[in-house]
Amino acid sequence: MTLYAQSLWLIPALPLLVAGIGAITRHRGVAIAAILAMAGSFVLSCLALNSALAEPAAHTAYNFAWFDLGHGAMRLGFLLDPLTAFMCVMVTFVGTLIFIFSLGYMKEDPNFSRFFCFLSLFAAAMLGLLVANSLLLLFICWELVGLASYLLIGFWFHKPSAAAAAKKAFITTRIGDLGLLLGMLWLYNSTGSLLFYDGGHGVLEAATLASLSGTILTCGLAASTAIGLLIFCGAVGKSGQFPLHVWLPDAMEGPTPVSALIHAATMVAAGVFLIARVYPLMSADALLAAVPVHALTVVAFIGAITALMGALIACGQNDIKRVLAFSTVSQLGYMMLALGVGSWTAAIFHLLTHAFFKALLFLGAGSVIHAAHHEQDIRSLGGLSSKMKLTFITFAIGTCALVGVPLFFSGFWSKEAILHAAHGWQVSHLPFYAAVIGVILTAFYNTRLMAETFFGKPRSHAAEHAHENSSTMTTPLVLLAVGAVLLGFLSTPYWPWLQLQLDPTLEHEPASYGLMGLSVVLVALGIGAGWALYWRTTRTKASAPDPLAVRAPGVFAALAAKLGFDEFYAATFGRLNDLIAAVADGLDRWVFGGFVNLLAKLGVFSGLVNRQVDEDTLNGGFDGVSESVRGSGLRYSHAQTGEAHGYLRVMAAAFIVLALALVLGGVR
Amino acid sequence: MSPLHLCLLISTGLFCIGLAGALARTNTILVLLGIELMLNAANLNFIAFWRFGPSPASANGMIFVVFSIAVAAAEAAVGLALIIAVYRHQKNIRLQDANQLKG
Repeated sequence: MTLYAQSLWLIPALPLLVAGIGAITRHRGVAIAAILAMAGSFVLSCLALNSALAEPAAHTAYNFAWFDLGHGAMRLGFLLDPLTAFMCVMVTFVGTLIFIFSLGYMKEDPNFSRFFCFLSLFAAAMLGLLVANSLLLLFICWELVGLASYLLIGFWFHKPSAAAAAKKAFITTRIGDLGLLLGMLWLYNSTGSLLFYDGGHGVLEAATLASLSGTILTCGLAASTAIGLLIFCGAVGKSGQFPLHVWLPDAMEGPTPVSALIHAATMVAAGVFLIARVYPLMSADALLAAVPVHALTVVAFIGAITALMGALIACGQNDIKRVLAFSTVSQLGYMMLALGVGSWTAAIFHLLTHAFFKALLFLGAGSVIHAAHHEQDIRSLGGLSSKMKLTFITFAIGTCALVGVPLFFSGFWSKEAILHAAHGWQVSHLPFYAAVIGVILTAFYNTRLMAETFFGKPRSHAAEHAHENSSTMTTPLVLLAVGAVLLGFLSTPYWPWLQLQLDPTLEHEPASYGLMGLSVVLVALGIGAGWALYWRTTRTKASAPDPLAVRAPGVFAALAAKLGFDEFYAATFGRLNDLIAAVADGLDRWVFGGFVNLLAKLGVFSGLVNRQVDEDTLNGGFDGVSESVRGSGLRYSHAQTGEAHGYLRVMAAAFIVLALALVLGGVR
Repeated sequence: MSPLHLCLLISTGLFCIGLAGALARTNTILVLLGIELMLNAANLNFIAFWRFGPSPASANGMIFVVFSIAVAAAEAAVGLALIIAVYRHQKNIRLQDANQLKG
């Protein structure tokens, strides 16, 4: 069976339907409906994958007019190609498992059904983003993803920190989205279309790309470079790249399944997916020699900086979820690096494997947190390996995949592909070195995380009494662990099936044993360092200082403070914002407000004058006139005596006078 | 003396009698009677001027009188009703006493 492009809307429609139902009812059955909808979407995605793999090179698009606009119509569409299909399968599979996990994790929460409503909205938005064939439709879903992440990060909104984190995530990503919006407008202005593939007229097709890269702006950049960089801004915000990564660690305030969803399947994957999707546009300027910078070079350097910085900061964190969050930042940096050095297939490969093992790690962390009564500080955990065997084993598999333990774990193969691509990049070798150091650090901090959480003695009451969770929470862990191992074999240097499906034009490069050997050495180095510092002698009590802090207090303090990005932003942009706000406030209060107050004073004054004129002059005049009328009326009323004879007498006299006048006046 | 003069003399007499009655009497019914006499004097004038006027063929004088009599009848009915109402109120019908509506 196959699923064609015109039916692709069904994939996001199913979770969206459940989100709609969840919005109007509080019944707990919403959770079951959400899981069923995700499973249904998973089946549909598999069908879509089946039809996409039938002809990997084709971009099957189904476009339709949304509304008429001036001289044309605004058109949206759905796109079916291997990229979309692989991503849909991953998102729906991981999403389904996370939903099932949430069933156990959120069981006690009073807003159980609301949680599943938001989760479904999140998944629906992400799936809509994946199947979009129009940058506009993608942008709409992109913003919906942002909204859903806001709702979910702030799900426990009664905690001030969660509310602040939700706001931070929303506003920080909004900064990047402004760039995406501008890029989109620019693209529409210069091409008149936002469809990706449209039978030769789409923005990702050769004719449009040639005209875009042929237009050189006054600053020397090609138009495609400028548009590409603006679109990249959106990806920087969404995918937590330097310098907009600050929201991602704070997003840990949300419930753990949300963190898993944000870090694995949705949200941060959206940025990488966006760049992979518009990759033809990003690389359109690659052959221009004269331009000052290529769009992809910027992407590569940002990715490398992010990869290194994320790994560094992760070494100094004590919250189990924050360590994982910074590892996500770092891994996203690897993906961007892969995109930047031209191997978008390696980026998507890493995105898929990362989705599995990072979802696994987050759900494992959720399992630990749930069992340890919401104790998240690794210094207070410890000794859980014997108490939570299943969680420990699956978490260890996830860690091995993240670290890139050779040969048997998916992370090794995908990271290998990225290192390979970075090594072969002609422009600069700096990103490659950053990635290499990142590999060591990744091994180091993950060893630390494992040692602190699962080994040694329990260092708090909660950790001492932890026990394994129910099967609704452990089953997804096992399934994800299987994926975290097996997914790597989809694309090894010996059999690059996935990469060839994504991009059939790719040449098959031979395996580089030197690079593989290097990566083995690096991982061993990192694990060795971690073992020496944290595992050989495990921590004895929660308040003991960190071994790294003892050896290099300055470095550790800087890492623990996340290299001071939050403080730096607070001191610069925050203060600038405060200044502008103060100026605006002053302007509002004194200048505009003063003017308005002056007008009001004038109004009051003229009102007073009016009243005076009205009361004294006009009213006085009218009162006087009516008083005199009344007085004369009173005087005349005395003639009304009430004596009928008197009236008759007057009438008779008047008659006689009249008659005499007529007779004597000579009227005939 | 032409018939017209005779008629006018009679109507003048009738009017004077009515006026004197209306002015002199204190009983409201008699005052009303006086007023009716004055009205009939005027009616007599209408008839006379029509009958001995330039166009006795047209019936306009007659029509005036018929209207005038109809109005007088209605007026008499209203007047008597008023008198009864006044009587109920103050147990007599002296015109001098009916002065509550003054000024």
